[in-house]
Amino acid sequence: MTIPVFEARQLVKRFGRSAALKEVNLTVHADETLVLFGHNGAGKTTLLYIASMLMLPSSGEVRYNGFLPSEYGPEIRRDIGLVSHQSFLYPDLTVVENLKLYAQLYSLSSGCVDEALERSSLTARRDAAVKSLSRGTLQRLTIARALLHEPKLLLLDEPYTGLDPFAANQLSDRLIGLKNKHRALILTTHDLNRGLAIADRVAVLERGRIIFAGGAKEGTSTYRERLFKVMNQA
Amino acid sequence: MKFLAVILAIVRKDVRGETRTKEILSSMSVFSILVLLVFNFTVHVGREGWLNLGPGILWSAFVFAGTLGLNRSFAIERENQCLLGLMLAPVDRTAIYFGKLISNVLFMIAAEVLVIPLFLVFFNIGIFSELSVGELIRFIFIVLIGTIGYAAVGTIIAAVAANTNMREVLLPVLLLPLTIPLVIAAAEATRIVFLNDPAESPWAWIQILLVFATVFTTISWMTFNYVVEE
Repeated sequence: MTIPVFEARQLVKRFGRSAALKEVNLTVHADETLVLFGHNGAGKTTLLYIASMLMLPSSGEVRYNGFLPSEYGPEIRRDIGLVSHQSFLYPDLTVVENLKLYAQLYSLSSGCVDEALERSSLTARRDAAVKSLSRGTLQRLTIARALLHEPKLLLLDEPYTGLDPFAANQLSDRLIGLKNKHRALILTTHDLNRGLAIADRVAVLERGRIIFAGGAKEGTSTYRERLFKVMNQA
Repeated sequence: MKFLAVILAIVRKDVRGETRTKEILSSMSVFSILVLLVFNFTVHVGREGWLNLGPGILWSAFVFAGTLGLNRSFAIERENQCLLGLMLAPVDRTAIYFGKLISNVLFMIAAEVLVIPLFLVFFNIGIFSELSVGELIRFIFIVLIGTIGYAAVGTIIAAVAANTNMREVLLPVLLLPLTIPLVIAAAEATRIVFLNDPAESPWAWIQILLVFATVFTTISWMTFNYVVEE
Protein backbone atom coordinates (compact mmCIF):
# COMPACT_ATOMS: atom_id res chain seq x y z
CA MET A 1 0.00 0.00 0.00
CA THR A 2 1.61 3.27 -1.12
CA ILE A 3 1.53 6.38 1.04
CA PRO A 4 -0.97 8.89 -0.39
CA VAL A 5 0.36 12.19 -1.70
CA PHE A 6 -2.47 13.90 0.18
CA GLU A 7 -4.60 12.55 2.99
CA ALA A 8 -7.34 14.27 5.01
CA ARG A 9 -8.64 12.61 8.15
CA GLN A 10 -11.80 13.73 9.92
CA LEU A 11 -11.31 17.23 8.58
CA VAL A 12 -13.53 19.91 10.11
CA LYS A 13 -13.48 23.61 9.30
CA ARG A 14 -15.71 26.05 11.11
CA PHE A 15 -16.28 29.72 10.36
CA GLY A 16 -17.92 31.03 13.50
CA ARG A 17 -20.92 28.78 14.15
CA SER A 18 -21.23 27.32 10.67
CA ALA A 19 -19.15 24.35 9.59
CA ALA A 20 -17.79 24.50 6.04
CA LEU A 21 -16.33 20.99 6.28
CA LYS A 22 -17.67 18.16 8.42
CA GLU A 23 -15.46 15.14 9.08
CA VAL A 24 -14.10 14.89 5.56
CA ASN A 25 -11.87 11.91 4.79
CA LEU A 26 -9.98 11.91 1.53
CA THR A 27 -6.87 10.39 -0.02
CA VAL A 28 -5.16 11.03 -3.33
CA HIS A 29 -2.24 8.99 -4.60
CA ALA A 30 0.44 9.78 -7.17
CA ASP A 31 -0.72 9.42 -10.79
CA GLU A 32 -4.29 9.87 -9.66
CA THR A 33 -6.85 12.53 -10.51
CA LEU A 34 -9.64 13.10 -8.04
CA VAL A 35 -12.51 15.28 -9.23
CA LEU A 36 -14.65 16.88 -6.55
CA PHE A 37 -18.15 17.81 -7.60
CA GLY A 38 -20.41 20.01 -5.55
CA HIS A 39 -22.71 23.00 -5.64
CA ASN A 40 -21.67 26.50 -4.61
CA GLY A 41 -20.98 26.62 -0.89
CA ALA A 42 -20.45 22.87 -0.63
CA GLY A 43 -16.97 23.40 0.84
CA LYS A 44 -14.82 22.64 -2.22
CA THR A 45 -12.74 25.82 -2.06
CA THR A 46 -12.30 25.50 1.71
CA LEU A 47 -11.05 21.95 1.24
CA LEU A 48 -8.55 23.05 -1.42
CA TYR A 49 -7.36 25.99 0.72
CA ILE A 50 -6.68 23.60 3.58
CA ALA A 51 -4.99 21.15 1.19
CA SER A 52 -2.78 23.98 -0.10
CA MET A 53 -1.90 25.01 3.49
CA LEU A 54 -3.43 28.45 3.07
CA MET A 55 -5.93 27.69 5.80
CA LEU A 56 -5.77 25.69 9.01
CA PRO A 57 -8.46 23.10 9.77
CA SER A 58 -10.51 23.55 12.96
CA SER A 59 -9.93 19.89 13.75
CA GLY A 60 -8.77 16.76 12.00
CA GLU A 61 -5.50 16.15 10.25
CA VAL A 62 -3.92 16.51 6.84
CA ARG A 63 -0.79 14.69 5.74
CA TYR A 64 1.36 14.99 2.66
CA ASN A 65 3.28 11.84 1.75
CA GLY A 66 2.75 10.92 5.40
CA PHE A 67 4.24 14.16 6.74
CA LEU A 68 2.46 16.68 8.91
CA PRO A 69 2.41 20.33 7.72
CA SER A 70 3.12 21.57 11.23
CA GLU A 71 6.54 19.89 11.08
CA TYR A 72 7.51 20.34 7.42
CA GLY A 73 5.54 23.40 6.27
CA PRO A 74 7.93 24.98 3.72
CA GLU A 75 9.15 21.59 2.42
CA ILE A 76 5.57 20.43 1.80
CA ARG A 77 4.57 23.73 0.17
CA ARG A 78 7.39 23.19 -2.31
CA ASP A 79 5.37 20.28 -3.74
CA ILE A 80 1.96 21.98 -3.93
CA GLY A 81 0.56 23.94 -6.86
CA LEU A 82 -2.75 25.76 -6.63
CA VAL A 83 -4.99 27.15 -9.36
CA SER A 84 -7.64 29.11 -7.52
CA HIS A 85 -10.57 31.29 -8.61
CA GLN A 86 -8.06 34.13 -8.57
CA SER A 87 -4.86 34.11 -10.60
CA PHE A 88 -2.41 35.21 -7.82
CA LEU A 89 -0.77 37.33 -10.54
CA TYR A 90 0.10 41.03 -10.29
CA PRO A 91 -1.91 42.93 -12.93
CA ASP A 92 0.64 45.74 -13.39
CA LEU A 93 3.54 43.36 -14.00
CA THR A 94 4.12 41.58 -17.29
CA VAL A 95 3.66 37.87 -17.92
CA VAL A 96 7.40 37.17 -17.70
CA GLU A 97 7.87 39.39 -14.61
CA ASN A 98 5.14 37.49 -12.77
CA LEU A 99 6.64 34.12 -13.63
CA LYS A 100 10.14 35.34 -12.70
CA LEU A 101 8.81 36.46 -9.32
CA TYR A 102 7.37 32.99 -8.67
CA ALA A 103 10.59 31.40 -9.93
CA GLN A 104 12.49 33.46 -7.32
CA LEU A 105 10.03 32.47 -4.59
CA TYR A 106 10.66 28.80 -5.41
CA SER A 107 14.44 29.26 -5.95
CA LEU A 108 14.19 28.24 -9.61
CA SER A 109 16.44 29.30 -12.47
CA SER A 110 15.13 31.87 -14.96
CA GLY A 111 15.48 29.18 -17.67
CA CYS A 112 12.41 27.41 -16.34
CA VAL A 113 10.40 30.59 -16.94
CA ASP A 114 11.17 30.45 -20.66
CA GLU A 115 10.26 26.74 -20.71
CA ALA A 116 7.00 27.45 -18.91
CA LEU A 117 6.15 30.21 -21.39
CA GLU A 118 6.83 27.90 -24.29
CA ARG A 119 4.85 24.99 -22.82
CA SER A 120 1.88 27.30 -22.28
CA SER A 121 2.20 28.97 -25.73
CA LEU A 122 2.70 32.32 -24.04
CA THR A 123 6.10 33.28 -25.45
CA ALA A 124 4.55 35.85 -27.79
CA ARG A 125 2.76 37.51 -24.85
CA ARG A 126 5.73 37.48 -22.47
CA ASP A 127 5.97 41.28 -22.25
CA ALA A 128 2.23 41.92 -22.07
CA ALA A 129 0.86 43.28 -18.80
CA VAL A 130 -1.25 40.70 -16.99
CA LYS A 131 -4.16 43.16 -16.81
CA SER A 132 -4.32 43.18 -20.63
CA LEU A 133 -4.77 39.39 -20.98
CA SER A 134 -8.03 37.69 -21.97
CA ARG A 135 -9.65 35.24 -19.52
CA GLY A 136 -8.41 32.23 -21.45
CA THR A 137 -4.83 33.49 -21.71
CA LEU A 138 -4.87 34.48 -18.04
CA GLN A 139 -5.98 30.97 -17.11
CA ARG A 140 -3.13 29.50 -19.18
CA LEU A 141 -0.71 31.77 -17.35
CA THR A 142 -2.25 30.85 -13.99
CA ILE A 143 -1.69 27.18 -14.72
CA ALA A 144 1.86 27.92 -15.92
CA ARG A 145 2.43 29.73 -12.61
CA ALA A 146 1.08 26.79 -10.60
CA LEU A 147 3.18 24.27 -12.54
CA LEU A 148 6.39 26.31 -12.62
CA HIS A 149 7.96 24.39 -9.74
CA GLU A 150 6.59 21.02 -10.97
CA PRO A 151 4.45 20.26 -7.92
CA LYS A 152 3.61 16.69 -6.91
CA LEU A 153 0.14 17.78 -5.81
CA LEU A 154 -1.80 20.06 -8.15
CA LEU A 155 -5.03 21.58 -6.85
CA LEU A 156 -7.42 23.18 -9.32
CA ASP A 157 -10.46 25.05 -8.07
CA GLU A 158 -13.09 25.30 -10.79
CA PRO A 159 -10.56 26.01 -13.54
CA TYR A 160 -13.24 26.13 -16.26
CA THR A 161 -15.03 29.14 -14.78
CA GLY A 162 -15.41 31.98 -17.28
CA LEU A 163 -13.84 30.10 -20.17
CA ASP A 164 -15.57 29.81 -23.56
CA PRO A 165 -15.98 26.23 -24.93
CA PHE A 166 -12.85 26.49 -27.08
CA ALA A 167 -10.67 27.66 -24.17
CA ALA A 168 -12.28 25.04 -21.90
CA ASN A 169 -11.42 22.29 -24.41
CA GLN A 170 -7.85 23.57 -24.56
CA LEU A 171 -7.68 23.49 -20.77
CA SER A 172 -9.04 19.93 -20.69
CA ASP A 173 -6.35 18.84 -23.15
CA ARG A 174 -3.70 20.54 -21.00
CA LEU A 175 -4.98 18.84 -17.83
CA ILE A 176 -5.06 15.43 -19.51
CA GLY A 177 -1.46 16.10 -20.57
CA LEU A 178 -0.56 16.72 -16.92
CA LYS A 179 -1.83 13.36 -15.76
CA ASN A 180 0.34 10.35 -15.04
CA LYS A 181 3.58 12.22 -14.42
CA HIS A 182 3.84 10.96 -10.87
CA ARG A 183 1.57 13.81 -9.96
CA ALA A 184 -1.66 13.85 -7.97
CA LEU A 185 -4.44 16.16 -9.12
CA ILE A 186 -7.48 17.35 -7.19
CA LEU A 187 -9.91 19.29 -9.34
CA THR A 188 -13.22 20.83 -8.34
CA THR A 189 -15.87 21.61 -10.91
CA HIS A 190 -19.61 21.87 -11.51
CA ASP A 191 -19.18 20.43 -14.99
CA LEU A 192 -19.86 16.69 -14.73
CA ASN A 193 -18.89 15.85 -18.30
CA ARG A 194 -15.56 17.66 -18.24
CA GLY A 195 -14.82 16.40 -14.74
CA LEU A 196 -15.54 12.79 -15.61
CA ALA A 197 -13.41 13.04 -18.75
CA ILE A 198 -10.23 13.48 -16.72
CA ALA A 199 -11.14 11.83 -13.38
CA ASP A 200 -9.74 8.59 -12.02
CA ARG A 201 -11.91 8.94 -8.93
CA VAL A 202 -14.77 11.28 -8.11
CA ALA A 203 -16.36 12.55 -4.92
CA VAL A 204 -19.42 14.70 -4.33
CA LEU A 205 -19.23 17.26 -1.58
CA GLU A 206 -22.44 18.69 -0.19
CA ARG A 207 -22.78 21.03 2.79
CA GLY A 208 -19.31 20.10 3.95
CA ARG A 209 -19.75 16.32 3.77
CA ILE A 210 -18.62 13.83 1.17
CA ILE A 211 -21.90 12.19 0.22
CA PHE A 212 -20.61 10.09 -2.65
CA ALA A 213 -17.24 8.68 -3.67
CA GLY A 214 -16.33 6.24 -6.40
CA GLY A 215 -14.07 5.37 -9.29
CA ALA A 216 -14.60 7.23 -12.55
CA LYS A 217 -13.52 4.31 -14.70
CA GLU A 218 -16.83 2.64 -14.12
CA GLY A 219 -17.81 5.26 -16.68
CA THR A 220 -20.96 3.69 -18.02
CA SER A 221 -24.06 5.69 -18.74
CA THR A 222 -25.65 4.10 -15.64
CA TYR A 223 -22.82 5.37 -13.52
CA ARG A 224 -23.15 8.86 -14.96
CA GLU A 225 -26.88 8.79 -14.38
CA ARG A 226 -26.27 7.82 -10.77
CA LEU A 227 -23.80 10.65 -10.32
CA PHE A 228 -26.18 13.15 -11.92
CA LYS A 229 -28.89 11.87 -9.58
CA VAL A 230 -26.66 12.31 -6.51
CA MET A 231 -25.74 15.80 -7.65
CA ASN A 232 -29.36 16.73 -8.27
CA GLN A 233 -30.52 15.31 -4.95
CA ALA A 234 -27.85 17.20 -3.05
CA MET B 1 19.93 32.86 1.84
CA LYS B 2 16.61 31.69 0.41
CA PHE B 3 14.86 33.85 3.01
CA LEU B 4 16.78 36.93 1.83
CA ALA B 5 16.15 36.07 -1.83
CA VAL B 6 12.38 36.00 -1.19
CA ILE B 7 12.54 39.34 0.68
CA LEU B 8 14.44 40.88 -2.24
CA ALA B 9 12.04 39.39 -4.79
CA ILE B 10 9.07 40.97 -2.98
CA VAL B 11 10.80 44.36 -2.68
CA ARG B 12 11.81 44.29 -6.35
CA LYS B 13 8.26 43.38 -7.36
CA ASP B 14 6.79 46.23 -5.28
CA VAL B 15 9.26 48.81 -6.56
CA ARG B 16 8.74 47.69 -10.17
CA GLY B 17 4.96 47.92 -9.79
CA GLU B 18 5.21 51.34 -8.15
CA THR B 19 7.48 52.75 -10.86
CA ARG B 20 4.70 51.88 -13.34
CA THR B 21 1.64 53.07 -11.42
CA LYS B 22 3.13 55.67 -9.01
CA GLU B 23 -0.05 55.26 -6.98
CA ILE B 24 1.55 55.00 -3.54
CA LEU B 25 4.12 57.74 -3.93
CA SER B 26 1.80 60.25 -5.57
CA SER B 27 -0.99 59.82 -3.00
CA MET B 28 1.40 60.03 -0.05
CA SER B 29 3.29 63.07 -1.39
CA VAL B 30 0.20 65.03 -2.41
CA PHE B 31 -1.47 64.39 0.95
CA SER B 32 1.63 65.42 2.92
CA ILE B 33 2.12 68.59 0.89
CA LEU B 34 -1.56 69.52 1.36
CA VAL B 35 -1.22 69.15 5.13
CA LEU B 36 1.86 71.39 5.16
CA LEU B 37 0.13 73.94 2.90
CA VAL B 38 -2.98 74.13 5.06
CA PHE B 39 -0.98 74.65 8.25
CA ASN B 40 1.34 77.13 6.58
CA PHE B 41 -1.56 79.35 5.51
CA THR B 42 -3.81 78.98 8.54
CA VAL B 43 -1.49 79.04 11.55
CA HIS B 44 0.17 82.35 12.32
CA VAL B 45 2.89 82.11 14.92
CA GLY B 46 6.35 83.60 15.14
CA ARG B 47 9.52 81.85 14.08
CA GLU B 48 9.99 80.29 17.53
CA GLY B 49 6.41 79.06 17.31
CA TRP B 50 7.07 77.38 13.97
CA LEU B 51 10.13 75.60 15.33
CA ASN B 52 7.93 74.27 18.15
CA LEU B 53 4.89 73.44 16.01
CA GLY B 54 6.57 72.40 12.77
CA PRO B 55 7.84 68.95 13.83
CA GLY B 56 4.37 67.94 15.06
CA ILE B 57 2.84 69.06 11.76
CA LEU B 58 5.57 67.27 9.80
CA TRP B 59 5.07 63.97 11.66
CA SER B 60 1.29 64.22 11.40
CA ALA B 61 1.70 64.56 7.65
CA PHE B 62 4.06 61.55 7.55
CA VAL B 63 1.75 59.41 9.66
CA PHE B 64 -1.48 60.10 7.77
CA ALA B 65 0.23 59.85 4.40
CA GLY B 66 1.88 56.61 5.59
CA THR B 67 -1.57 55.16 6.30
CA LEU B 68 -2.57 55.89 2.70
CA GLY B 69 0.59 54.19 1.45
CA LEU B 70 0.10 51.12 3.66
CA ASN B 71 -3.49 50.74 2.52
CA ARG B 72 -2.43 50.85 -1.13
CA SER B 73 0.53 48.55 -0.50
CA PHE B 74 -1.79 45.76 0.69
CA ALA B 75 -4.50 46.61 -1.85
CA ILE B 76 -1.97 45.43 -4.46
CA GLU B 77 -1.68 42.11 -2.61
CA ARG B 78 -5.49 41.77 -2.38
CA GLU B 79 -5.92 42.22 -6.12
CA ASN B 80 -6.13 38.72 -7.62
CA GLN B 81 -5.39 37.48 -4.06
CA CYS B 82 -1.67 37.78 -4.73
CA LEU B 83 -0.89 37.55 -1.02
CA LEU B 84 -2.07 33.92 -1.13
CA GLY B 85 0.33 33.32 -4.00
CA LEU B 86 3.19 34.60 -1.84
CA MET B 87 1.99 32.44 1.07
CA LEU B 88 2.26 29.32 -1.09
CA ALA B 89 6.02 29.88 -1.43
CA PRO B 90 8.19 27.27 0.31
CA VAL B 91 9.81 29.69 2.72
CA ASP B 92 9.15 31.03 6.21
CA ARG B 93 6.20 33.40 5.73
CA THR B 94 7.85 36.12 7.78
CA ALA B 95 9.90 36.77 4.61
CA ILE B 96 6.68 38.26 3.19
CA TYR B 97 6.45 40.57 6.21
CA PHE B 98 10.02 41.79 5.87
CA GLY B 99 9.65 42.21 2.10
CA LYS B 100 6.52 44.32 2.53
CA LEU B 101 8.12 46.22 5.45
CA ILE B 102 11.17 47.18 3.37
CA SER B 103 8.94 48.22 0.45
CA ASN B 104 6.77 50.35 2.73
CA VAL B 105 9.83 51.99 4.33
CA LEU B 106 11.26 52.75 0.87
CA PHE B 107 8.01 54.32 -0.34
CA MET B 108 7.63 56.36 2.83
CA ILE B 109 11.23 57.60 2.62
CA ALA B 110 10.74 58.51 -1.06
CA ALA B 111 7.68 60.58 -0.10
CA GLU B 112 9.59 62.15 2.82
CA VAL B 113 12.47 63.13 0.54
CA LEU B 114 9.96 65.11 -1.51
CA VAL B 115 8.12 66.57 1.47
CA ILE B 116 10.97 67.59 3.83
CA PRO B 117 12.50 70.27 1.53
CA LEU B 118 9.03 71.80 1.08
CA PHE B 119 8.51 71.72 4.85
CA LEU B 120 11.81 73.57 5.36
CA VAL B 121 10.81 76.18 2.78
CA PHE B 122 7.24 76.62 4.10
CA PHE B 123 8.38 76.97 7.69
CA ASN B 124 11.47 78.99 6.80
CA ILE B 125 14.03 76.67 8.39
CA GLY B 126 17.50 76.98 6.90
CA ILE B 127 18.70 73.42 7.16
CA PHE B 128 22.32 74.17 6.23
CA SER B 129 22.63 77.61 7.82
CA GLU B 130 20.88 76.82 11.12
CA LEU B 131 21.66 73.14 11.67
CA SER B 132 25.15 71.75 12.19
CA VAL B 133 26.23 68.57 10.40
CA GLY B 134 25.68 66.61 13.63
CA GLU B 135 22.15 67.97 14.01
CA LEU B 136 21.41 67.25 10.38
CA ILE B 137 22.54 63.64 10.86
CA ARG B 138 20.39 63.41 14.00
CA PHE B 139 17.38 64.72 12.08
CA ILE B 140 17.91 62.18 9.28
CA PHE B 141 18.34 59.41 11.89
CA ILE B 142 15.10 60.43 13.65
CA VAL B 143 13.19 60.42 10.36
CA LEU B 144 14.66 57.03 9.44
CA ILE B 145 13.96 55.30 12.79
CA GLY B 146 10.53 56.91 13.07
CA THR B 147 9.65 55.70 9.56
CA ILE B 148 10.89 52.16 10.26
CA GLY B 149 8.95 52.01 13.54
CA TYR B 150 5.78 53.29 11.90
CA ALA B 151 6.10 50.90 8.94
CA ALA B 152 6.85 47.96 11.29
CA VAL B 153 3.50 48.36 13.06
CA GLY B 154 1.71 49.53 9.92
CA THR B 155 2.72 46.51 7.85
CA ILE B 156 1.34 43.96 10.32
CA ILE B 157 -1.85 45.98 10.96
CA ALA B 158 -2.35 46.42 7.21
CA ALA B 159 -1.98 42.63 6.82
CA VAL B 160 -4.65 42.13 9.51
CA ALA B 161 -6.96 44.75 7.97
CA ALA B 162 -6.46 43.37 4.45
CA ASN B 163 -8.55 40.29 5.31
CA THR B 164 -11.52 42.27 6.61
CA ASN B 165 -14.42 44.02 4.90
CA MET B 166 -13.76 47.30 6.75
CA ARG B 167 -10.09 47.44 5.79
CA GLU B 168 -9.94 51.14 4.82
CA VAL B 169 -11.42 52.14 8.18
CA LEU B 170 -9.80 49.46 10.29
CA LEU B 171 -6.21 50.32 9.37
CA PRO B 172 -6.18 53.91 10.75
CA VAL B 173 -8.44 52.95 13.68
CA LEU B 174 -6.00 50.25 14.82
CA LEU B 175 -2.76 51.86 13.70
CA LEU B 176 -3.00 55.46 14.88
CA PRO B 177 -3.57 54.76 18.60
CA LEU B 178 -0.72 52.23 18.56
CA THR B 179 1.70 54.71 17.04
CA ILE B 180 0.95 57.63 19.39
CA PRO B 181 4.13 57.02 21.46
CA LEU B 182 6.18 56.89 18.26
CA VAL B 183 4.71 60.10 16.86
CA ILE B 184 5.19 61.97 20.14
CA ALA B 185 8.79 60.75 20.47
CA ALA B 186 9.62 61.55 16.84
CA ALA B 187 8.03 65.01 16.97
CA GLU B 188 9.74 65.86 20.28
CA ALA B 189 13.15 64.65 19.09
CA THR B 190 12.78 66.65 15.85
CA ARG B 191 11.69 69.75 17.79
CA ILE B 192 14.74 69.57 20.07
CA VAL B 193 17.06 69.20 17.06
CA PHE B 194 15.44 72.21 15.32
CA LEU B 195 15.48 74.40 18.45
CA ASN B 196 19.12 73.55 18.99
CA ASP B 197 18.82 74.25 22.70
CA PRO B 198 21.89 72.94 24.59
CA ALA B 199 19.70 72.46 27.70
CA GLU B 200 17.67 69.73 25.98
CA SER B 201 18.86 66.46 24.48
CA PRO B 202 16.86 64.45 21.94
CA TRP B 203 18.49 61.14 22.96
CA ALA B 204 15.80 60.07 25.42
CA TRP B 205 13.21 60.45 22.64
CA ILE B 206 15.47 58.73 20.12
CA GLN B 207 15.84 55.81 22.52
CA ILE B 208 12.04 55.54 22.73
CA LEU B 209 11.96 55.46 18.92
CA LEU B 210 14.59 52.73 18.82
CA VAL B 211 12.80 50.62 21.44
CA PHE B 212 9.48 51.10 19.65
CA ALA B 213 10.92 50.04 16.28
CA THR B 214 12.71 47.03 17.77
CA VAL B 215 9.78 45.82 19.88
CA PHE B 216 7.19 46.12 17.12
CA THR B 217 9.42 44.58 14.45
CA THR B 218 10.01 41.61 16.78
CA ILE B 219 6.32 41.22 17.68
CA SER B 220 5.33 41.46 14.02
CA TRP B 221 7.98 38.93 13.03
CA MET B 222 6.67 36.51 15.67
CA THR B 223 2.98 36.93 14.83
CA PHE B 224 2.84 37.48 11.06
CA ASN B 225 2.44 33.79 10.27
CA TYR B 226 -0.66 33.52 12.49
CA VAL B 227 -2.07 36.79 11.15
CA VAL B 228 -1.99 35.74 7.50
CA GLU B 229 -2.86 32.08 7.98
CA GLU B 230 -6.44 32.70 9.10
